[in-house]
Amino acid sequence: MPRKVAYKTQIEHLSILDENGKLDSKLGKDLLSDEQVQQSYEHMTICRQYDEVAFKLQRSGRMGTFPQNKGQEAAAIGSALAARKGQDWLVSAYRENAALFMHGLPMHYVLNYWMGDERGSKIPEGVKITPLSVPIGTHMLHAVGIAWAAKIRKEDSVALTYFGDGATSEGDFHEAANFAGVLGVPCIFICQNNSWAISVPREKQTASETFAQKALGYGIPTIQVDGNDLFAMYLATKEAHDRARKGEGPSFIEAVTYRLADHTTADDASRYRDSAELDAWKAKDPLIRLRKYLENKDLWSDEQQEALEAKAKAIVQEVVKTAEEMPKPDVDDIFDYTFEELPESIRVQRDTMRTTSLGQNPEQAGLNARMAH
Amino acid sequence: MAELNLVQAINLALAQEMERDDRVMVLGEDVGLNGGVFRVTDGLQKRFGEDRVVDTPLAESGILGTSIGLAINGMRPVPEIQFEGFLGPAYDQIVHHAGRMRTRTRGAVTVPLTVRVPVGGGIHAPELHSDSPEAIYSHHVGLKVVMPSTPYDAKGLLLAAIRDPDPVMFFEPKRVYRSYKEQVPEDDYTVEIGKAKIVSEGDDVTVITWGATVFQALAALDELPEDVSVELIDMRTIYPMDEDTIVESVMKTGRCVIAHEAPRTAGMGAEIATILQEKCFLHLEAPVQRVTGFDTVMPYYKLENHYLPEAPRIKEAIEQVLAY
Ligand SMILES: Cc1ncc(C[n+]2csc(CCOP(=O)(O)OP(=O)(O)O)c2C)c(N)n1
Repeated sequence: MPRKVAYKTQIEHLSILDENGKLDSKLGKDLLSDEQVQQSYEHMTICRQYDEVAFKLQRSGRMGTFPQNKGQEAAAIGSALAARKGQDWLVSAYRENAALFMHGLPMHYVLNYWMGDERGSKIPEGVKITPLSVPIGTHMLHAVGIAWAAKIRKEDSVALTYFGDGATSEGDFHEAANFAGVLGVPCIFICQNNSWAISVPREKQTASETFAQKALGYGIPTIQVDGNDLFAMYLATKEAHDRARKGEGPSFIEAVTYRLADHTTADDASRYRDSAELDAWKAKDPLIRLRKYLENKDLWSDEQQEALEAKAKAIVQEVVKTAEEMPKPDVDDIFDYTFEELPESIRVQRDTMRTTSLGQNPEQAGLNARMAH
Repeated sequence: MAELNLVQAINLALAQEMERDDRVMVLGEDVGLNGGVFRVTDGLQKRFGEDRVVDTPLAESGILGTSIGLAINGMRPVPEIQFEGFLGPAYDQIVHHAGRMRTRTRGAVTVPLTVRVPVGGGIHAPELHSDSPEAIYSHHVGLKVVMPSTPYDAKGLLLAAIRDPDPVMFFEPKRVYRSYKEQVPEDDYTVEIGKAKIVSEGDDVTVITWGATVFQALAALDELPEDVSVELIDMRTIYPMDEDTIVESVMKTGRCVIAHEAPRTAGMGAEIATILQEKCFLHLEAPVQRVTGFDTVMPYYKLENHYLPEAPRIKEAIEQVLAY
């Protein structure tokens, strides 16, 4: 037989909670407690409010560009829920604030960051995340390295890395997946397939039918998940997490979701995106779905909803206040973190920048020296 | 002739050259339907079709690597990289392949491509959206590095770059994109690569700069006393450098201030100061001075104006050099 099949597989799609808030009784059984679901719904609602306020801040000139996470909350929170706060690492791009908040990043930091303040990138002690990552695709390699170190040091810790569908086109993604597969490190790749990379639709991004199947090439267990389904995201991540902790290496999760907002506040999605497509996805909003679930179970009322909305507003208002009341950073900030110990030349640039335009010691420049004679 | 800003002038140049030469292709992330994140390629896909204005996958090494292949095999690719901070993944392709192909093949294989990249700060952009990489690419061999500051020059230089038989890094100062308009002819004209422009003539001091800093220098000049006569030079091409124009000017004035946004160490200011020292040492009345960004990460936007060589710093440097 000269030709035979060398490899054959299929991609599983997981979904547990449908658009009407109905749970698959078998898969969903005992998966998340009522309390966990309520808390997640609350967190998602607060993050949605955060997004909306951030958008308004940008529009009123109080903040720079901001990427909204609207519509992708279940993918971020469902997966982050399966990770242990302070123990596992979250290595994300720039859109998954909701997951980072859950793992301890103070909410005003992200506003400070987009307000052009470096202090927004500082990671508080004990919070196991890396800063927001602007270059597409590069941070997944860091997650693999972090997981590799955990393996070498026999540390019980898993690295979760988030990235978009566009990011899977970058060479670094393929290097990260390959390293992770070869090294068998405890790393979970979470692809937020929100259909678009700015204006480029997934069909122009890849000829692959799913993003999940990309992991197959690197020997990584992989699955496609309904990304607007908190339960499915949680289960898939939990299974990946269990594998990682058992020493069974990396996993890949494709979260099929949709960004309900423009790519960023600098973008205008109506230039390239059909409004019918947007409307269809609005009906799949993860927040609506979760609310329906809670209502079906008699765990949620209009009064609770009202109270939650008021609470979300108050929390976000407070966060904005904290961010905006931060005193302007000192100009020394530009210099002080370049190295642990500043080289003489940078120290001089720092110490003279207020007194001379040249950023160099006037004596070295030979200007004032001669004038002084 | 119409009054155009930098974005419109570059768009016009691309459209006219695509019309004139069907080997010219525009490719990159979001350049098609969306017209690029700065709308520089707006309307081109509609006019020239999806085969000539191509939305590529999100992969800079892919964009540059395939552009090299396209150029080798008879096309004239004009790839766009969205921001200078994202040249990183394409760096290997640009410096190790595009810049060296002609030399490696003893002229048998060439890479006529033009890489368009918005550069520089001053627009309150997020991190990695505000750097000035001209020195880096000038340091690598086999690449021409162009940075126009005005719409007229941008159109002429872009046409020259696309027609150039070698790879050109075409850096567009994004701070100027929409801030300045001037008359830009409809005709086909080029501005020679490698030629600086004397923006204003003067006798007391030469100010050498390029990109968005040209406008900071002009603002500095406005603040100086009337009797100070400054020769302001816009380099326009960073490499190959127009040594004649700067040397001649400094021989006349005897004093020179160089201003650029990029960090000081190993920036183009160092190169220019050395050229002046080599070629007109005996004419210098004062040490050549640099006004530059610092040897630090370009700060997020709350502090970016402290980093950039803004008009007051340039003015002060001119005064210091004159007082020497
Ligand atoms: C290396 C690099 N190239 C280009 C960009 C500009 N850019 C920012 S976001 C983006 C699209 C990202 O799409 P995707 O990875 O799908 O993530 P999403 O924003 O949809 O969550 C692009 C092209 C960048 N930040 N980094």
